[in-house]
Amino acid sequence: MNNTYLSHNNIVSSFGFDSQAAVVNIKNEVSGLQLVDNPKMLPEPFYSSLIPAEKTRSVFETLNPQQEYTRLEQILLVSLERVIKKSQLELNDRVGLIISTTKGNIDVLSEDSPFHKNRAYLGELGKIVQSFFGFKTEPIVVSNACVSGILAVAIAKRFISQGRFDHVFIASGDLVTPFILSGFHSFQALSPTLCRPYCKTRSGINIGEVAASALVTRSDANLAEEAVKILGDASCNDANHISGPSRTGEGLYRAVRSALSEAGLVSEEIDYISAHGTATSFNDEMEAIAFDRLGMQKTPLNSLKGYFGHTLGASGLMEAIIGMHSLHQNTLFTSKGFQELGVSKPINVITETTPRELKTFLKTASGFGGCNAAVIFQKLQK
Amino acid sequence: MMKDNYRIASYCHIKNNEISLNGALIFKGEGPFKTFIKMAYQHFAVDYPKFFKMDNLSKLAFMAGDVLLKHEKVSPEQEENIAIVFSNRASSLDTDRKHQESIQDVTAYYPSPAVFVYTLPNICIGEISIKYKLYSENSFFIFDAFNPDYLFEYSSSILDSGKAEKVLCGWVDFDEENYEAFIYLVSREGSFIHSTEEIKRLY
Repeated sequence: MNNTYLSHNNIVSSFGFDSQAAVVNIKNEVSGLQLVDNPKMLPEPFYSSLIPAEKTRSVFETLNPQQEYTRLEQILLVSLERVIKKSQLELNDRVGLIISTTKGNIDVLSEDSPFHKNRAYLGELGKIVQSFFGFKTEPIVVSNACVSGILAVAIAKRFISQGRFDHVFIASGDLVTPFILSGFHSFQALSPTLCRPYCKTRSGINIGEVAASALVTRSDANLAEEAVKILGDASCNDANHISGPSRTGEGLYRAVRSALSEAGLVSEEIDYISAHGTATSFNDEMEAIAFDRLGMQKTPLNSLKGYFGHTLGASGLMEAIIGMHSLHQNTLFTSKGFQELGVSKPINVITETTPRELKTFLKTASGFGGCNAAVIFQKLQK
Repeated sequence: MMKDNYRIASYCHIKNNEISLNGALIFKGEGPFKTFIKMAYQHFAVDYPKFFKMDNLSKLAFMAGDVLLKHEKVSPEQEENIAIVFSNRASSLDTDRKHQESIQDVTAYYPSPAVFVYTLPNICIGEISIKYKLYSENSFFIFDAFNPDYLFEYSSSILDSGKAEKVLCGWVDFDEENYEAFIYLVSREGSFIHSTEEIKRLY
């Protein structure tokens, strides 16, 4: 079987315009979340990590844009440009483009937006990214709730294994918008404090924003030094409820089982879990039940939501990128915000930055619609 | 494994107030979508009260899925590994616009979780999965237009890798009052070859 790798990568976040900025801050246990008091966003104050708009614009101007671009387009293009450059690849018909987003340019639906409402069509977003860089193949937009970002990695691998592409660039992103905030607020899912995944005192989600981009490739030439092999992947539905996670963790359990089976590994061989951990009562409990059923109670685990909040369609890819840097640095990163175990099954939440020899990690995500996804990555042999 | 060995077992269209199965008209309704889909629900005796809580996109996808899976004798009692791979152009914009209306004016601010949950296109996959107890692979793609090429390759990859036994695949789009569903079941058995050309022809 041919190998597929997750390689060059970039994260645009409140920490800065590359993956390194995010990794350094996480290693130092610094959160990007801050209290935002802006009634135009939400009638009450909320915690979030926002990408500074002015700085983004000045960085974006260096790409010589020839027309007006939305804020989401700017962060996606800035992020993806850096990955394309590092890859040194020619964008021919063997190179695919996947855009992962839940809501895309949803902010253009607002009466205040200067952009045409047609910009809200996700296909338009795909075309804008495609034509900015001159991709020869039609973009594939993935919009599968909060598993989109990690599912995009699986989808890239599948198109590569099918022989359609040799390389696939993924660009993922969602903005913090009144649309999203009001929706999660109506679910009473927003936390009035900094989010605390898996903690006894957790009280809900913070929503944040990042753009994350990466190259998935079958070629082992010019790989990033932190590149990892993609060993197995799966997505499974809970078949239970459209907005509430399964009480038995069924979909997540099955997704991890299926990914392990493709990877040819047993659960004990996973060194680290980069979990979803939104800090809602039901999600975190569901994950603990699934990991318990999988026999992964002792596997070190974190949620990165305490650094960025929930970054929706980008979260799965961004967190996979942090995971590959974690492997590369042989370091377990703290699950920020966690104090005392607040789920009914034992899980091994990482409470301080810890040096540890790491070979293999599992990235999971779960979302509305009952969807779950799992991808297993392995460090390359030196 | 031979890639070309897959077949299309059945396919279903819903558009212009008509539902057809394997090319034959099986129901003709009237009125706007809301009326039409309720008539179809009654005609096929769907008997699934959750249906009335769904948004338009989910009603459309659910009805197409229900007609096809019933015909294929898929039942919630007997678990089957059927992946669902759907695509469309308008994502969940029909419901997105409703949610946006509810927050546009600060003096009339009434966001509702019952609306917001449908502001994701993959919810309709969840609705079918719940009814038929499908704990399987899910993916929702957005394309400018129906893209048999990508759907063919993606379904083949799920089957080749053994991640599912069958794939319920296709296009479910709802935008303003325009709607269209074309879904088909890719399987090991069936009357039609699973190929890009054949998908185009059936579409």
